[in-house]
Amino acid sequence: MTVTAADDAMALQKPLTVAPPVGERELRLDLFRGLALWLIFIDHLPANVLTLFTLRNYGFSDATEIFIFISGYTAAFVYGRAMQDRGFVVASARVIKRAWQIYVAHIFLFTIYLAEISWIATRFQNPLYAEEMNILDFLKSPDVTIVQALLLRFRPTNMDVLPLYIVLMVFFPPVLWLLRKKADLALALSVLLYAVTWEFELALPSYPSGSWFFNPYAWQLLFVFGAWCALGGAKRMSRILHSRITVGLAIAYLLFAFSVTLTWHFPRYDFLVPAAVQRWIYPISKTDLDVLRFAHFLALAALTVYFIPKDWPWLKSAWLRPMLLCGQHSLEIFCFSVFLAFAGSFAITELGGSAWIHFVISVAGIGLMCAAAWLLAWYKGVAEKSGSRAASGASGGVS
Amino acid sequence: MKGILAAVVAAGLLAGAPACAQDASSAPAQVEQKSCEVPPDLLATGDVTLEKVAAAVKDNKKLDVLVVGSGSSSLASADGATVAYPARLEAYLRERLPNVTVTVTTNLQPKRTAEEVAEALPAIVSEHKPDLVIWQTGTVDAIRAIHPDDFRNAVDEGITAAKAADVDAVLMNLQYSPRIETMLPTTPYLDNIRAVAQQQDVPLFDRYSIMQTWNESGVFDLSNSSRSFALAKSVHDCLGRALANLVVAAAKLDVTEPKVQH
Repeated sequence: MTVTAADDAMALQKPLTVAPPVGERELRLDLFRGLALWLIFIDHLPANVLTLFTLRNYGFSDATEIFIFISGYTAAFVYGRAMQDRGFVVASARVIKRAWQIYVAHIFLFTIYLAEISWIATRFQNPLYAEEMNILDFLKSPDVTIVQALLLRFRPTNMDVLPLYIVLMVFFPPVLWLLRKKADLALALSVLLYAVTWEFELALPSYPSGSWFFNPYAWQLLFVFGAWCALGGAKRMSRILHSRITVGLAIAYLLFAFSVTLTWHFPRYDFLVPAAVQRWIYPISKTDLDVLRFAHFLALAALTVYFIPKDWPWLKSAWLRPMLLCGQHSLEIFCFSVFLAFAGSFAITELGGSAWIHFVISVAGIGLMCAAAWLLAWYKGVAEKSGSRAASGASGGVS
Repeated sequence: MKGILAAVVAAGLLAGAPACAQDASSAPAQVEQKSCEVPPDLLATGDVTLEKVAAAVKDNKKLDVLVVGSGSSSLASADGATVAYPARLEAYLRERLPNVTVTVTTNLQPKRTAEEVAEALPAIVSEHKPDLVIWQTGTVDAIRAIHPDDFRNAVDEGITAAKAADVDAVLMNLQYSPRIETMLPTTPYLDNIRAVAQQQDVPLFDRYSIMQTWNESGVFDLSNSSRSFALAKSVHDCLGRALANLVVAAAKLDVTEPKVQH
């Protein structure tokens, strides 16, 4: 939507820049990645009061889009500079090292998941759920299941984002190289791959059947687009981003998405969406990053950039600092949040979850995420002050 | 939102309490009767009308219902055939439609995905020739992690086949379980069943939300890990009753209100 507005928007612009000066941390990215992490955590818990405030209830896209886009942006920002200073090989090695860390984190989370469901399998035998307990069949053949998990083909619920992230990072070095040489060509190739994915239904197989929940062939578009923005794209788009027409279009589209989403929750208003429109928009695929979702994310991003300036005073406020800190240590906090979601769901079930307990557990989980982020920030500060070499290794922590 | 739901349920429970004694006669003795009212919202069918059901009841005084489902449409107890929800649906429909010959038959397709059932559906329907087919689906697909888009197409195809065979259809979604929730990715399957129901103008029996409401309001403790069949039988009895109410409401049959309202 925003892209089609480009030509009209050229006429009315204010000369403003959005790209950060090199070397200065873009706090808005940290803030919104922190927000995305909180929302992903809440969405991974059983539905409760806080779920009403998550993005997916108000439009097509959700926190995953924010997370992947910002991850692409920061990866390009950090490793792009490394590629400039240290060359292709060293920067690539650092990217691959990062991918390896994510892989290890994923396997660690899988182990926790195995422990949880093995516990349930041996204790929960209610005949009402005889059919549902077939989900535990894979425990009968750990030889196959564990190997499939190591190959990232077997992924339990809520463990789909990290495998996507791993694949995106492994293929990032050549993408980054091309982005730095010919940014627009790289973005065009990314769009082409996205289109080919839709045309020919490319997908990665998963075990025991089906394909990856987040199709990397499609989702790479958001990651590469984020990287493209980081490497000057955002600066070049600043005229478009600050035009009133863009803002108007974005608001109109968000309202449209909001009203369509409303009909999902209140089916009696379904008649408000004409059948022809329904045929055209449905199904809105999350797996293949539907164009409607992508456009919804773009509209949100455009409004955010328009209304929240880089030097927004709130970015320095103590109130938003917990969210900011979470965003600055996103991998660690993301893994921790998946663990907390497991533990929280487990606690809600075992404590016989009243709405009140749900709420307390959600808030406590976010509190723990913030505490962990604060601890990581403190440790990083100490490590840097003491001039330890650990600091250079930890610099990957922003991607 | 949840608070309002809870209040509605609580009100329903109070209203329904005296009716339990009357209802008990129609159920097997060993099943504990629960006052398991369902918030009207969850059984709302809007403009959708089950025309074939209405015609069969009014013109022929005869209603044949076919339940096509997977494992969760049955109970593995010795008396499973009489206490699972299809049998309870039959009992409650007979109660609601006193002068109509009601038969409910089941065709269980355990461990078969929506796609496999959708392919078999035309043959199943032409064999039974029901007025209404109730298709319970989604669980097997969620367990086998079938791609949600493929699942959606399969459900759509199945409903199209039922319509082509001149049969009314009702879709039924997954069971709610607080304990299995973390292991089974239910959301995409629930969303897609709802979407197909909306697009095809087919009533949805939202078993998931109904059971969730019962769990939250304390009607049933669904995280109970007892191996006994008592809970399962009560839940199926209540599902059968709610389903009968949905069918009667969706067929816009002008019959007496259920006893619970007296």
